[in-house]
Amino acid sequence: MTEFAKRVRIEIIRMLVKRGFGHLGGSMSIVEALSVLYNGEMNIDSKNPSWEERDYFVLSKGHAGPALYSTLALKGYFNKQLLLTLNEPHTKLPSHADRNQTPGVDMTTGSLGQGISAAAGIAKALKIQGKDNRVYCMVGDGELNEGQVYEAIMFANHHQLDNFVLLVDENKLQLDGYTRDICDQGDITRKIAAFGWHTLCVNGHDEAAIKSAFNEARETKNVPTCIVLDTVKAKGVDFLEGDTSNHHVRMDDKQKRLLLDLANKWEGELA
Amino acid sequence: MSIKLKKEFKPAKKEMRLAYNDTMVKLAKEDDRVVLLEADLMGSIKTSGFQKKFPERTINIGIMEQNMMGVAAGLNIRGMKPYIHSFAQFATRRAFDQLFLSLGYSDLNATIIGSDAGVSASHNGGTHMPFEDLGLVRLVPNMTVLEMSDPVMFEDVLTQLNDKNMLSYIRIVRKETLGVYEEGSTFEIGKGIVLKEGIDATIVASGMMVASALKASKTLEQEGINVSVIDMFTIKPIDKDLLEQYADKTGFILTCDNHNIIGGLGSAVLEALETHPVKVKRLGVKDRFGQVGPQDFLEEEYELTPQDIVKAVKENL
Repeated sequence: MTEFAKRVRIEIIRMLVKRGFGHLGGSMSIVEALSVLYNGEMNIDSKNPSWEERDYFVLSKGHAGPALYSTLALKGYFNKQLLLTLNEPHTKLPSHADRNQTPGVDMTTGSLGQGISAAAGIAKALKIQGKDNRVYCMVGDGELNEGQVYEAIMFANHHQLDNFVLLVDENKLQLDGYTRDICDQGDITRKIAAFGWHTLCVNGHDEAAIKSAFNEARETKNVPTCIVLDTVKAKGVDFLEGDTSNHHVRMDDKQKRLLLDLANKWEGELA
Repeated sequence: MSIKLKKEFKPAKKEMRLAYNDTMVKLAKEDDRVVLLEADLMGSIKTSGFQKKFPERTINIGIMEQNMMGVAAGLNIRGMKPYIHSFAQFATRRAFDQLFLSLGYSDLNATIIGSDAGVSASHNGGTHMPFEDLGLVRLVPNMTVLEMSDPVMFEDVLTQLNDKNMLSYIRIVRKETLGVYEEGSTFEIGKGIVLKEGIDATIVASGMMVASALKASKTLEQEGINVSVIDMFTIKPIDKDLLEQYADKTGFILTCDNHNIIGGLGSAVLEALETHPVKVKRLGVKDRFGQVGPQDFLEEEYELTPQDIVKAVKENL
């Protein structure tokens, strides 16, 4: 685990424990991807979140908001203290990502399947406007149940949106259990390749591998790129990894203690 | 607002779809942010003229209305002005959550045109007959909801909307309509238009029902009943002040909807007058599904004809 990824995981744990519940599994699985995106891959300015020349990130799996909020706070979009207001009345950090609430959030998401269309729309607008900004979008593997995802996949390929990178968080679990048991997606990489995309599959917890996949996407012309991230839901929290009910965790006191111990241990390692 | 009524009820010079194409060409020439979105109905709405002139700003998405709403949201994030068309039931029923969330809740702007309003879907039949679109879009907070009475109004309203950053839904008949307004008439979004003054009752209508209401008012006049007629083309936000004024003046309001009486103009009028003492009756489709047939047959079947309006006024005086 890189230092940044570790810091993001510490913040996720602290914000969820403060509230006592939240989307832990799918937040933890995308941390490395966010780390690479926000540490060099994306052209951004945390002091100017609405900067016209920025690259865009759309978290289509909007329930992973806590991972994005932690990343944004650590990158200086807003004060870290705000993280502890997650899901409080009038908070700027609601359970699902909201572009009108949180500095640095590019699109409102939470009804699955919708973020990818908006991301494709941003990418298309950039082509019409003759701009080189890039658009990144993260969907979950469970989210691939939504037919709209494939509408957007067809659209992005037809319009040759090579400024568009789709990340699929293949953590193999959705709310009710294993994706293969609920509606088997088969080989996601092959499936999306069949739509004409450039696709590759990497270890979603290996930042060097993710970085090199992004480089490959930059070199790919005329077609969009999909990077399937082979991930572990609740990655880093060993007693919840592989737990089929880790999508939304409601913690008892014992679990809270275990989670905080883990965060403190990581913090000790960083110091 | 400066309107002049036509003297006779004749088909308008242009079909509504031609008014759409021509206005959009004009707007796109002046404003490079205008972009037209379509879900494989360009042949039906006849926007090939626009496509020829602005191929880079014509996005025929394909048959995917849900994706179309999201793509529009993305385009607007980059400052573009999306105009979206589909048949009204696809633009609303089919893609409602996308319209609601990716555009409405996300505070993004687009102009959505829903065509083949109500019985004008005619031979496309019940599957394609939108009697619920106004009800759906009225439920989206901050959304402006409009129904066009003729092409003159449509051109003026489209032009005005291009300068207002808002999310709006415009319900239209796609092809031929009766002309209501003379060329050059202008309209004020949010204000009802009093087309005729009378003290016995007030008929409030929108869309194709405006011409029917005017026809009915002439028949009533011959029988000594003088009604006011209001074109309430802005259904949301509705002109409450004008409704209250005519409620006081005439004591009875009849609303006319080419839509289910649940959720449409009639409901909007009732909601606006909920604390105002006046009798309101709603003429419209009585909670039924659509069906196939020529428009005149359907107007009779769903009791939307000028004669039905005359009858409803007389029964309630």
